[in-house]
Amino acid sequence: MADLFNVQGLETRFRTREGYVHAVNGVSFHLKEGETVGIVGESGCGKSVTVMSTLRLIPTPPGKVTAGQAIYQGKDLLKMSDEEIRHVRGSQISMVFQDPMTSFNPVLTIGRQVAEPLEIHNGMSRAQALERAAEMLKMVGIPNAKDRLNDYPHQFSGGMRQRVMIAMALICTPQVLIADEPTTALDVTIQAQIIELIKRLRDELGMAIIWITHDLGIVAGLAKRVMVMYGGYIIEEALVKELYGHPQHPYTIGLLGSLPRMDEDAHRRLTSIDGLPPVLLENPNYCPFAPRCKFALDHCWNENPQLRTIGPDHTVACWVDPTTGKER
Amino acid sequence: MANQDALLRVERLVKYFPISRGLIFQKQVGAVHAVDDVSFDIYRGETLGLVGESGCGKSTTGRTILQLYRPTSGHVYYDGQDLVAMKGEKMRAMRKRMQMIFQDPYASLNPRMTVGEIIGEPLVIHNVARGKQMQDRVQDLLKLVGLNPAFSNRYPHEFSGGQRQRIGVARALALQPDLIICDEPISALDVSIQAQVVNLLEDLQRDFNLTYLFIAHDLSMVKHISDRVAVMYLGIIAEITSRDELYAHPLHPYTQALLSAVPIPDPLAEEKRQRIILQGDVPSPVNPPSGCRFRTRCPLATTICAEARPELREVSPGHFVACHLV
Repeated sequence: MADLFNVQGLETRFRTREGYVHAVNGVSFHLKEGETVGIVGESGCGKSVTVMSTLRLIPTPPGKVTAGQAIYQGKDLLKMSDEEIRHVRGSQISMVFQDPMTSFNPVLTIGRQVAEPLEIHNGMSRAQALERAAEMLKMVGIPNAKDRLNDYPHQFSGGMRQRVMIAMALICTPQVLIADEPTTALDVTIQAQIIELIKRLRDELGMAIIWITHDLGIVAGLAKRVMVMYGGYIIEEALVKELYGHPQHPYTIGLLGSLPRMDEDAHRRLTSIDGLPPVLLENPNYCPFAPRCKFALDHCWNENPQLRTIGPDHTVACWVDPTTGKER
Repeated sequence: MANQDALLRVERLVKYFPISRGLIFQKQVGAVHAVDDVSFDIYRGETLGLVGESGCGKSTTGRTILQLYRPTSGHVYYDGQDLVAMKGEKMRAMRKRMQMIFQDPYASLNPRMTVGEIIGEPLVIHNVARGKQMQDRVQDLLKLVGLNPAFSNRYPHEFSGGQRQRIGVARALALQPDLIICDEPISALDVSIQAQVVNLLEDLQRDFNLTYLFIAHDLSMVKHISDRVAVMYLGIIAEITSRDELYAHPLHPYTQALLSAVPIPDPLAEEKRQRIILQGDVPSPVNPPSGCRFRTRCPLATTICAEARPELREVSPGHFVACHLV
């Protein structure tokens, strides 16, 4: 099947007083129709900036997409006019953000905000759009949806607000939903509700999902493929079972080892990763993970590894084979 | 368990926060029932995990134990002495023995003080050490938590989140307490850094025979670090027992749902899991439901659940549950 969405060589920089921060460094990925892909990484690794860049949501200045292309249905989102990309955003590709409180306009009713994409993209009248909004709110599990159209965001709880945001994102039945840590601010029982909801809607509406998270647990049960990001690079990509079963990058291995698992019986000391994630002010000529890596060899300090295919649907950017500790 | 030596005994602890209305003539119009009749023991040298969702009263419980909030009613016995009845100089002396590590390493360190001043302050306040002696102690503490002793002249903003949390740990250790209340000490940190701090807490506990009350919402981490676990819901304790018992045989319907909601970082394990998805949200603690607090979301609730409040009963040795149906 052809790619629905294909990003190649994306680079994003932010100008700061210390110099240009290299937030995204040549990221490439693709998304097929109806597929769910996870992007995993710690704060500051560039996972949100990557998707924001493709949708041109990076504030410029200080940010700037300096290279790459993001092909959606044969067209490069990065070369579109502002008018054109507005027709894509919220209609064909839409986003759900982490913080449901700050993502709404507090002085407009929920109904107005959920219905707005229909008025803009589909040219519906306000009344028609509101009617559709009520249906959508019902679909995401808001009780008395019709009456609640006139409520304001603060009248909803965190979990309910996130449901409303999902309704707003899906009201134009987009092909791609980008979920940027949508459950991070929520309690675990509410998180389970939201994940079940998105899974159900995915099956009903057949959209593709890019799920951004720092929680390796969420992606395990949700995505088909996972990309791990570090320092603005994708450092490993594989099908979920492969990635969790046979992680190959020392960072992925460390990340999985540092997570306690609820289903393991024996107490094991967590393997922590020493040091801190990097802030890159230049393109390093060494592996960005080398300063924290247990396996680092001389080669790692001399050349930044590129993603290489090491098995079916498994790529990794590392010189070392972690099973032997020698160069691959 | 009964013959174990309790360092801390919490008895029928209640903390309501008044809600008042009016500008000049304030009158109380209600109360947030933050902690409502909570009892448990913490044994010497153990880690008791206290879990629950946001707003369930777990942090208030921790703060009320330390008398940072004075309880509405109830008792907190520390080594046999009731902290609730204690005041003034006596209370201050007692505080030396119990310390706290806070959730937000950005908000809990004074930005205008150097790290040395922050860690040394408890020593000065309690007249333990001054001058050169204090500085030596600060250097030792910095080494102990894995920071460079030369950092004592730096300010908090020069450190990362994980390093700041280490500073908070050093400050808590300064007075050599027996009990440390860890209030979500790792939830503001990145995954790879969380493991560093948890390993540090475990090492310190082993070396200094510390007792921890570990407050958290991350059930996987609580399982990792705790000896016993208490589950809170809307101001009450729903279930309390040993770690292995709780995770293997959860009895309260809330505990069961909570455990089933935690994602496991393994796609093969995830495929096999059956989730219990709770309906609705946690009710407001201003107007908690009658009877059992959990009945509004409980898939098993019957009429008795609305009528009577279930007491925390011992259903098997050391396993306490507050549910009519168990």
